[in-house]
Amino acid sequence: MSDKIAIIGAGMHPWGKWGNNFVTYGLKAARDAIKDAGIKWTDVDFISGAATMRCGYPGYVAGATFAQALGWQGAEVNTSYAACASGSQALAAARAKILAGEAECALVIGADTTPKGFLAPAKGYRPEDPDWVRFHIGITNPTYFALYARRRMDLYGDTLEDFAAVKVKNAKHGLENPNARYKKAFSVEDVQNSAMVANPLRLMDICATSDGGAALIVCSEDFAKRIGKSDAVKVAAISTVTPTFANEVVEMPDIATDSAIASEAVRFREQLPKKAYEEAGLDPKDIDVAEVYDLSTALEMDWYEDLHLCERGAASYLVRNGETSLGGSIPVNPSGGLACFGEAVPAQAIAQVCELTWQLRGEAKDRQVEGAKAGITANQGLFGHGSSVIVTK
Amino acid sequence: MQEKPKLPAIEGWYAEDDQGAHLIGSRCTECGTYYFPKQSLFCKSPHCQSESFEEVPLSRKGTIWSYTDAQYQPPEPYVAADPYEPYTIAAVELEHEKMIVLGQVISGVQVSDLKVGMPVELVLDTLYEDDEAKKTIWKWQPAQNASE
Ligand SMILES: [Zn+2]
Repeated sequence: MSDKIAIIGAGMHPWGKWGNNFVTYGLKAARDAIKDAGIKWTDVDFISGAATMRCGYPGYVAGATFAQALGWQGAEVNTSYAACASGSQALAAARAKILAGEAECALVIGADTTPKGFLAPAKGYRPEDPDWVRFHIGITNPTYFALYARRRMDLYGDTLEDFAAVKVKNAKHGLENPNARYKKAFSVEDVQNSAMVANPLRLMDICATSDGGAALIVCSEDFAKRIGKSDAVKVAAISTVTPTFANEVVEMPDIATDSAIASEAVRFREQLPKKAYEEAGLDPKDIDVAEVYDLSTALEMDWYEDLHLCERGAASYLVRNGETSLGGSIPVNPSGGLACFGEAVPAQAIAQVCELTWQLRGEAKDRQVEGAKAGITANQGLFGHGSSVIVTK
Repeated sequence: MQEKPKLPAIEGWYAEDDQGAHLIGSRCTECGTYYFPKQSLFCKSPHCQSESFEEVPLSRKGTIWSYTDAQYQPPEPYVAADPYEPYTIAAVELEHEKMIVLGQVISGVQVSDLKVGMPVELVLDTLYEDDEAKKTIWKWQPAQNASE
């Protein structure tokens, strides 16, 4: 039996700060994905939603919310929540159902409407909540990204120009992407003239939060064959592993790492793609394109190394030689990445797979990675959530 | 006017003795793994079944793993001075525990004064003041004997 599933449809609602109900974004993405797949809504027998925590009860039961909004038709339903990895968890649930023979064709969907301003923890005196502790002592999200960035500078000689070059590259990639929120070219000087947030990172080094929606139609290889789509791209691996004790890198929202005095220190960001490569039976050198979570410019460079696209510490060489730009040896974030999208949490991991689907089909137009046959996604979020998905031709 | 009393902003996480300030952690008596904040139920190493811990002072000294600052005022529950004063932050590898602990750096030390690998030590310092007290927290400062 095959352990792969086919991706026959992809759809998105453009990212932005639209301020509408999140369901409207998901609906557009879902209907586009269904049309792209060339199936009827009633062909879908499993609906796998990625939840949003910011849109009330309908967001907690996103799968059912979208099932109702698209018109009840009796399909089974699931909702997953795993912070930034929610979309991949929803995809994993669909794959499990399909490979178990319990479903043939599934809609995987996520959408979000983000609130204005900071997402702060509840008030009071709550030292048992690590999120409360770190905000109380003044440790915000950019703190962590800045710590990773500064360590790169001191250890590997990365420069502020390298970080800015990642933003310049992603901005250029996203220029013609109809689903991107920011479609504007920037120079290294633009980045360096933006306000300092957490030294060495400036406002333009750090991604925003956005509204958006993304959807996929996935199915068994049999189903794809029956509808004449046996050459559809495949999901070859989904990794959603948790960290391994002792976690080497201090991660949001913790104020301390595990003690590695009696256990080996392990990098979580490296474990995520490692499992995906093993599952797909692929090597990093087999990868033609990557979509990674550039919550900051410097973090994108960490991902090059965690994905083994280069040796540890060598990411700056890829940037300086344009290897991760379109036309380079391993383009990263041809979509424009979070730099051009801003993060719409439950939709983002699905959007990464949408982009790889279009890239592998050769439908990415101005941002096409020529001849792409295999792509990988990577993301990481709060509380030990993360994912890496490999898509192949 | 009388000096305000000093009280911990978070109770039971740090203390001061004749050796100076230290974080209060716990240590698994079986495998030796340290915890901060304290762990007392069971050891989180997946290879250890222990439920036995001793409370221990953690290393007062360490080296900088990385560092940054906060140019923008964080949201509550951070209690900001008015006007807001940016502060420097360090992630420090403790001398013995193979553990990295985040904290503010004492005021007057800028990002440009720090470097990965630099020796630092822990002090207790004011996090914020309210009507009754100065609330203290642990902070890092460059090691005093580093240049000797
Ligand atoms: Zn133990």
